[in-house]
Amino acid sequence: MSIWEYANPRKFMATSGALLPWVSVIAAILVVGGLIWGFFFTPDDFRQGSTVKIIYIHVPAAIMGSSAWFMMLVTSLIWLIRRHHVSALAAKAAAPVGMVFTLIGLITGAIWGQPMWGTWWEWDPRLTAFLILFLFYLGYMALWEAVENPDAAADLTSVLCLVGTVFAVISRYALLFWNQGLHQGASLSMDAEENVADVFAYPLWTCIIGFVFLFVALVLFRTRTEIRARRLRALIQRERIA
Amino acid sequence: MIGLLIRDLRLAIRAGGGFGLGLAFFLIVTVLMPFGIGPETGMITRIAPGILWIGALLACLLSLDRIFALDWEDGSLELLATSPLPLEAVAGIKALAHWITTGLPLVAAAPVLAILLNLPPEGFPWLIASLALGTPALSAIGTFGAALTVGLKRGGLLLSLLVLPLYVPTLLFGAEAARRGAEGMDALTPLALLAGITFLTAAAMPFAAAAALRVNLR
Repeated sequence: MSIWEYANPRKFMATSGALLPWVSVIAAILVVGGLIWGFFFTPDDFRQGSTVKIIYIHVPAAIMGSSAWFMMLVTSLIWLIRRHHVSALAAKAAAPVGMVFTLIGLITGAIWGQPMWGTWWEWDPRLTAFLILFLFYLGYMALWEAVENPDAAADLTSVLCLVGTVFAVISRYALLFWNQGLHQGASLSMDAEENVADVFAYPLWTCIIGFVFLFVALVLFRTRTEIRARRLRALIQRERIA
Repeated sequence: MIGLLIRDLRLAIRAGGGFGLGLAFFLIVTVLMPFGIGPETGMITRIAPGILWIGALLACLLSLDRIFALDWEDGSLELLATSPLPLEAVAGIKALAHWITTGLPLVAAAPVLAILLNLPPEGFPWLIASLALGTPALSAIGTFGAALTVGLKRGGLLLSLLVLPLYVPTLLFGAEAARRGAEGMDALTPLALLAGITFLTAAAMPFAAAAALRVNLR
């Protein structure tokens, strides 16, 4: 099995069609199970009370918000280098999903920040970098919409994705220079001394893995839609010529 | 290459609107800011570097779509693409011409406007240095944005949506250097980082712009 086989849309449609129900069911079980576990079967935090429970949405959404951009970077590169059409469509399909995850991360963060930090929004490097990532998603999607020729659109958005990645990373570190920040550091690392207590970490990991499956399911679904839309376009054009 | 640069400069001057418009816009934005903020001198002095940087950035943005649009309309962009000059060099020269016609006048006008905003005297050299070092990056990034949107019908608005997030690091370091300079703190570190951004964009963005142009000229 190699990804080049799936440059053939027929093959991709067959495989993704078979995988999609499984991925969706696993995503539903993990997300719903993880959220119920997290919301009802974990104790309240000593200081934060029950507000801590938003972590089960906030952290997975934030992780997927930035991972989705990374996935778009990889698929864009595959398209630019090898003209893998399904790859370009997957990047297009992932953008709105990633944007929504980023937005969920921002909004849940604001809802949590209001009682805990006493503010909805703080110009903290991590928060601001996420807001900028959100703007990148908007620009990327707008460029897809604006260019009429699908191949040219795929090329231009891929170049934008590459340049945007570089600037998103530079911005992330530039923001650290600008403001020291309020957001807590990583607390799920494998190598850190002090992490989130296991009682919270297990449901959290369940939710994170569930969100990964959710993302895969949504992207597969949207890529299939894009391929069908592309086929429909081709059919209409053929009709017009005939 | 020099011929192309001279041609672009001549076009910008003779066609009008190249030099003057950006400068006038910079002036108006800077004058309008205190109306929005209130007339307290202390407050205006404190945020003067930020106002000037935002004003310069917006003035730069205003003229970006002209970089390739005119050449695209009359077909000379295709001639340039088929000429022996590599497209990367064309993009680089276009960015340089844009900087000379908009960035450089902005740098020259900034001290005058800084007086209007009561910027403390020790901040002037830092403000000028940060603008002189930072505006080339704005032109280089903008050339890439203009190359992405050159063939589009409603490219102008999209161009600002694409380019403004890319301007974040430049604005951040530029305004930080000017602010620290005005407050008498050490401004050399942000200035050095700003120079790094400028050199990086000047080296890399012509390649990205050329790649986008090739797609649009296909």
